[in-house]
Amino acid sequence: MTVVVRTITRLLLPISLVFGGYVVMHGHLTPGGGFQGGAVAASGLALVIVAFGAERLAGKKGLFSALESFGGVAFAALGFLGLGVTFFANVLAGSGKLFGHPVPYGPNPGDLNTAGTLPLMNWAVGFKVLAGLSAVVLLFALFGGESDR
Amino acid sequence: MIGNLPFVVCMILIALGLWTLLAKRNLIKLVIGMSLIESGVNLFLVSLGYVHGGIPPIYTYAPSGAPMVLPTPQALTLTSIVIGVATSALMLAFAVVIYRHKGTLDARKIRDLRG
Amino acid sequence: MSVHAPILAIAVPLLGGFAVPLLARIHKKVRDLWVLLVVLFVAACAGYVAAHVLEQGIWVYVLGARNPQETLAPGGFPIRIMLTVDAMSAFMGIIAGLLALVAFPFALKYIPEEEGKNLSLTLGVLLLAGIMGMSYTGDLFNFFVFLEVTSIAACGIIGFRTWTSRAPEAAFKTMLLFSLSGLFFLLALAFLYGEYGALNLAYLAAQIRGSVVDRLALALFLAGLLMKVAAAPVHFWAPDAYGEAPAAKTLLLVVNTQVSLYGLWRVLFTVYGGALSAGVGWLVVSLGLLTMVVAAFMALAQTDLGRLVAYGAVSQIGYMMLGVGVGLVTLSGRPDYGLVAMKGGIFHMLNDALTIGLLFLCVGAVEWAKGTRDLRELGGLGHGLPGVALCFLLAALALAGIPPLNGFASKILIYEGSFRLSPILGAVAVLASILLLAVFARAFQGAFLGPKAEVRVKLPWVFFLSLGALAVGILVLGLVPGFFVEELVTPAAKALWHGRALYLAAVLGG
Repeated sequence: MTVVVRTITRLLLPISLVFGGYVVMHGHLTPGGGFQGGAVAASGLALVIVAFGAERLAGKKGLFSALESFGGVAFAALGFLGLGVTFFANVLAGSGKLFGHPVPYGPNPGDLNTAGTLPLMNWAVGFKVLAGLSAVVLLFALFGGESDR
Repeated sequence: MIGNLPFVVCMILIALGLWTLLAKRNLIKLVIGMSLIESGVNLFLVSLGYVHGGIPPIYTYAPSGAPMVLPTPQALTLTSIVIGVATSALMLAFAVVIYRHKGTLDARKIRDLRG
Repeated sequence: MSVHAPILAIAVPLLGGFAVPLLARIHKKVRDLWVLLVVLFVAACAGYVAAHVLEQGIWVYVLGARNPQETLAPGGFPIRIMLTVDAMSAFMGIIAGLLALVAFPFALKYIPEEEGKNLSLTLGVLLLAGIMGMSYTGDLFNFFVFLEVTSIAACGIIGFRTWTSRAPEAAFKTMLLFSLSGLFFLLALAFLYGEYGALNLAYLAAQIRGSVVDRLALALFLAGLLMKVAAAPVHFWAPDAYGEAPAAKTLLLVVNTQVSLYGLWRVLFTVYGGALSAGVGWLVVSLGLLTMVVAAFMALAQTDLGRLVAYGAVSQIGYMMLGVGVGLVTLSGRPDYGLVAMKGGIFHMLNDALTIGLLFLCVGAVEWAKGTRDLRELGGLGHGLPGVALCFLLAALALAGIPPLNGFASKILIYEGSFRLSPILGAVAVLASILLLAVFARAFQGAFLGPKAEVRVKLPWVFFLSLGALAVGILVLGLVPGFFVEELVTPAAKALWHGRALYLAAVLGG
């Protein structure tokens, strides 16, 4: 791809990753959450694949696979965390620990430090979606063309 | 009658998607037809939650006193969209593999499994 | 910890499936051991849940609540996702656990390492998680989510051998059909949600009225689920899919189809219960008959052993639909023979799982030994593979319903019940059985009898473990069916037949 595209990609990649992280992080306060933020971040990586060619990221396939598995395991493990009460019980909400502030009822300026296991699950899903969608685009770019492997 | 317009549009989308599935032969066009049906069903699901004069169901910086649109169908639609992404990715991946084996994407020529 | 057994049966394979690629980086043996442990745990949970439900009644587990039994939010409305396990769900869980126990050890040896064994095992464990989720859930949208999980995992397993050209074609066709069926199901869900405002099974069952929207939703449910189940006019995906998947994983695909059939019964009996007309029952019965006959005829023309057995599997789905369909037709009057037919249909699910499972494992063993499944090239394997030949013969006789095997026990109940409803049904069912017996006799003769053929490869002992376990199961179920029918099948049939009030009371009454 031309110099213009590459330069803009170098500028846009950190912006899209940070924006994706923002959407993931604030999932319990504003529209967004795990899947949406992961998709935004993955679109940044897809831009890299289009601008620089798939071979630049081809060595990272193992990293994507590991990140995806880690995200899945983290999500399921967070569900197990509540097993003292019931599965998926939100044990951190309102308890004063990580993400434990009590939530005010009704319209309010949102507090990031609330909602217990929800932001953690959002991160797990965000990593998984980022890794999964990027791997899909990467594999299509590497193996989907006319050329054989 | 005009309040039913979103539902009519959704049904038109679903009908268009079904027609694409039945009438087209190219594998990629079949995937597009499936994606049309998905869009129609997701749109239908979201538009079920509408409350007249409602605001988005978010408490952060919400104006007080306004009725909120139902949030549950939005969650259901999001789940459905994610599932749609996964199925489209899988179908396209298999279409790519079929193309590499057969050199064609015409569904009538890919008839190894017959009878 | 045992109070969480239903959700652990779903969550542990979910966690386990995602952890397989991570563990494979440590060592291959660690991954194999992990998969076996997960499957063993799921089977143990399924057994425990079944024992508990059969003793103490419906088990409700609410996710994310303050205690597992807190079904209703303040206001009297069920808002959380809950698992509602009654006798029928527990029965499906047992079938899934049993077949997974048999299939995974076989698969661990059967799939060669260089064929991407990591991914195959991950998909298999996730498919098991989806199947358990479909069996135990008490919420219709949760059922949809697990339905799609199993669709995606199943199509990944079907299209696994991407170096052939047949497998991706089968996987594409199957994914198209599964996806369409899921979307019809979702559209029906959307109609019910717009009408009633909640998607909990018990809540919908309490509120359902039989209005136009309800009937539209019923038509869409039928369309979607009958496509997933491989009922007659839309059964085209099943022979391709069962034929192209690696042999051990086909067992999981068969269980997937049966659990989708269970989903159809759950919607028809528990959600719609009283608002059904007999026409729906007659539709199910006639499609069951069509499936039986069409699949048996198509099986005659097959030369590929795997596709032949696949058509046999499709035909057996017709028997299950006939049996439970007779119960559906007579739901308003509730005569005795309706319950008999339903017991036959439900018992046939267990028998068919064992029988078809054994047949597919034999096909897998033959493919391992000779490298081909074409009946024109096979022959004379009975000398080199005597155990496999014996198992194939046993399973073929059981499939056709020959006395003292398990197929006879369930088919006699189906014949009796459907004959009392209308003599034609019983007659066609018997004829289809005879046709299938002819088909499988020809297959047995083509593959195993004849002049002795060279078999140079020795089968691993794990294969014989799985084959033997299924064969023993077939014999036991055939020789003492009464025990299993009394303890397992009759509670399940009664849960569908007149257990609707109990189901509602368990979720909404407290």
